[in-house]
Amino acid sequence: MDLNFTGTDVCAINGTRSAPEAKYDLVVIGAGPSGIAAAIEGAASGASVLLVDENPVSGALMGNDTPLYFGGRMTAATQNSDRMLEAIFMSMPDLEKAMEAGVELLLGTTAWGVYRNGPGVQSLPEQVVGLADAERSWLVGFDRIVLATGARDLAIAFPGWNQPGVMGAAALQMLLSRYGAFSGRRIVVLGSHDLALETALLAKEHGLDVAALVEVRDAPQGDAALLEKITAAGIAIHYGQSIAASKGGLDGIESITLNDGTNISCDTVCVAIGLIPSIELVDAMHGPRALNATRGGYIPAGEPNVAAVGLCAGLPDTGFDHVAYRMDWVRAALRVNAPDTIICQCEEVTLADLIGIQPPNYLPRPAAIQARSLGTLLDDGPANPDQIKRLTRSGMGVCQGRRCRDQVAMMLAIESDKPFGTIPLASHRAPVRPLPLKILAEWDEPAAMDAAWDVWFGIPTQWVPVEDIGTEYQDAHREMLYTGMYT
Amino acid sequence: MSGSEVVIVGGGVTGLSAGWWLARSGVKVTVLDKFIVGWEASGRNGGGASHYSSPLFDEEQRLWPQMDELLGYPTEHQKGRILIAMTERQWDQYRFIAERHTRLNHPVEVLDVKQVQEAVPLAGDNCFGGVHYKFGGHANPQRTVQAYAWALQDLGGKIIQHSPVTGFETAGGKVTGVKTANATYGCDAVVVAAGPQIPQLMAQLGVDVPLAAARAEMIITEPAPMMPLGGVDGHKIYGRQTLRGNLAYGGGPHEWLDVDATGPAARPSTPLARNLAKRLAELLPKAAHLNVIRSWAGVIENSPDGRPIIDRLTSPDNVVVASMSSVGFGLSPASGHAIRDLVIDGTCSFTNIDLLKLSRFDGLEKDWREKRGWMPIA
Ligand SMILES: Cc1cc2nc3c(=O)[nH]c(=O)nc-3n(C[C@H](O)[C@H](O)[C@H](O)COP(=O)(O)OP(=O)(O)OC[C@H]3O[C@@H](n4cnc5c(N)ncnc54)[C@H](O)[C@@H]3O)c2cc1C
Repeated sequence: MDLNFTGTDVCAINGTRSAPEAKYDLVVIGAGPSGIAAAIEGAASGASVLLVDENPVSGALMGNDTPLYFGGRMTAATQNSDRMLEAIFMSMPDLEKAMEAGVELLLGTTAWGVYRNGPGVQSLPEQVVGLADAERSWLVGFDRIVLATGARDLAIAFPGWNQPGVMGAAALQMLLSRYGAFSGRRIVVLGSHDLALETALLAKEHGLDVAALVEVRDAPQGDAALLEKITAAGIAIHYGQSIAASKGGLDGIESITLNDGTNISCDTVCVAIGLIPSIELVDAMHGPRALNATRGGYIPAGEPNVAAVGLCAGLPDTGFDHVAYRMDWVRAALRVNAPDTIICQCEEVTLADLIGIQPPNYLPRPAAIQARSLGTLLDDGPANPDQIKRLTRSGMGVCQGRRCRDQVAMMLAIESDKPFGTIPLASHRAPVRPLPLKILAEWDEPAAMDAAWDVWFGIPTQWVPVEDIGTEYQDAHREMLYTGMYT
Repeated sequence: MSGSEVVIVGGGVTGLSAGWWLARSGVKVTVLDKFIVGWEASGRNGGGASHYSSPLFDEEQRLWPQMDELLGYPTEHQKGRILIAMTERQWDQYRFIAERHTRLNHPVEVLDVKQVQEAVPLAGDNCFGGVHYKFGGHANPQRTVQAYAWALQDLGGKIIQHSPVTGFETAGGKVTGVKTANATYGCDAVVVAAGPQIPQLMAQLGVDVPLAAARAEMIITEPAPMMPLGGVDGHKIYGRQTLRGNLAYGGGPHEWLDVDATGPAARPSTPLARNLAKRLAELLPKAAHLNVIRSWAGVIENSPDGRPIIDRLTSPDNVVVASMSSVGFGLSPASGHAIRDLVIDGTCSFTNIDLLKLSRFDGLEKDWREKRGWMPIA
């Protein structure tokens, strides 16, 4: 068998990908108020518009604190997707308006990746967004995309935070306002900026017992009018405090103890210290983003045909430095958390192992590795969360780092004595939501994809055993194992 | 050469392993990397270590089981692999490979469906059978990279990150210094193990190294219950179950790229994740419900025949060039040894690596990439 090159590598990706199933002038990801408004505006201007929202997400996903930090405090009602759908329509009358305006609406549909040609890839037939529902995944083409993906919860560890009943403010608000499906009764709210104040008032409105607010700084942080309402409602705020200890049972958290020894019984701790703009899709598509401390962290930096609106574009800028505030909380956390406090819940990485850059429990720790630490790693260069994640496994689990990536970045900044902004953002990767293999799979892939598929490059000379070169076996090898890059 | 200085360009597994081997021989080693060790292909690959096609195979097999101990850091190396056939054609192919191994005295066993399911509980009864290699294996690429780096430092070697090499100083037919933006590192010998950037660097020394770069992708799932054997290939995908339980898999069409001297601008993954997911769900049907939690891509170079280039130049005569041609992770314990030998003794002590000489491409057509269709998409 001679190697006569044909000018074509039949195992290359060229021309093997499927075309998107549908194409729209505008795709809007996220059907919150700003996403709905963008969709209606697009439809009004005559564009074909697809509006998708991942909610209602499955109970299994909620159990993994995805997309928000639900902390296991949703009622059984969240297992019933029909009732959840109904609840979404009830709570968002504008969805009907969007449909009347000609917007195509898909709920329970996740956008898990946006792909386009650019540095490192030229093989996509066109720019596409990957969508998935409970049954399958598919690709949709677009001219313009609006990311209205909102903001997600920031979690910060305290002793015993890794148990049911510890949750985020956005999750609590969603369970209360949208679904009426919150299972807690008595909550403690961490924070005293607007998010915390609003969340506490909302909880009160829903008849919950708000046991206290806890503020790490010495003074209240939020809007004066909101604070007045908190005072009027008789809710105490504990200043200069964080959670030093907690107790829990089978159902999760039962009480907390503040640094000053105050004991507060509660079944829920709502972490309302901050929200993180949901830029997973922007980052996974290598879109530009920039750190903006008064808008809640990294936000999309903007580019033609990719717009971000609502909280995804950044929290409302009131001049409040969210990053500095969060750093104060993390500093307090580093003071109170014992070395064995779990920081990454999925991978059970402790604070000591994170800062010690130690491998997971299932690996041996010879003396040499015990002598290594963040300190020794910093001798080689600035802290990089992606490198540290690979070594410690923090952020490598099924929640895709939602519960720990932000606090780990802050811990690395503090431990390496560098400003937060010098710590690179740990990468987000598609699928930006956990997606079962059987859902992600392209079951009806083009025949061209299968024809080009080789386990590796399909270079006939690459895998011929060295002993067989120039023997009768060489041809047999090539004929048996190669797809036919050469004739 | 004890006490002399060797500068290594590139902190991937090839450069790091070479540095570690040299440091073990008492050589002063400095490894320069443009970013962080293992950031390119060496930290993004499948972790497979069963390269029976290579002259370095015996040394690869001899070394891997000892690497944790030799390095002093865990690599997560696990021995053995199983190939599962999902089509009649694959079944023929895998049994053909099994015969070939038997002929060369590599221990293999052909498995029926029931035996496959015993060894690989996530497999279904939809397969034709399997082949168990009782050699080869896999390791964790990222942990292995760091193990080499740390072991090298423990022996007194230096690693300087965030320092792209921009050129060389030469005198009297030798490279005497390696230049970065901020410094020049004097040296007695140089190893160029810069992956896809080798051609640009070597061109500065007037040496043509024919390589083409391409992008390849992988996906990973949430953890599955641990299987008795984690190195499961077949159905034209490769991968492993990590010691945490995740299933990490790659394979399928690659995309040829042009990569400039500063390295890849991005390493995007694409919807190919869906085609990988399909094949993995077919190969391991009892894992089909598992969540995929990440995908990624890496950029790797290939030589015209797909085999590594490990060679010491004649001019300048103190330069060793090492491109592993897309099969370099598994071979790294052995490639480092070979590079050490070339640097110190001028010849490989443990096997004949003439097959890997650069001179095999003397007289290669100028349009070798076009002929093979290894061109980037215009
Ligand atoms: C998806 C994928 C799967 C793979 N699977 C396997 C597998 O299962 N088994 C296997 O054996 N192989 C596999 N490979 C191939 C393997 O990863 C590579 O062959 C191997 O990592 C090459 O190592 P290297 O050190 O030679 O090159 P690289 O890893 O590319 O390292 C080169 C280093 O040089 C640095 N550098 C470049 N230019 C400069 C400069 N000017 N100055 C300073 N530094 C520079 C880079 O930053 C980089 O760190 C796979 C590759 C990919 C992408």
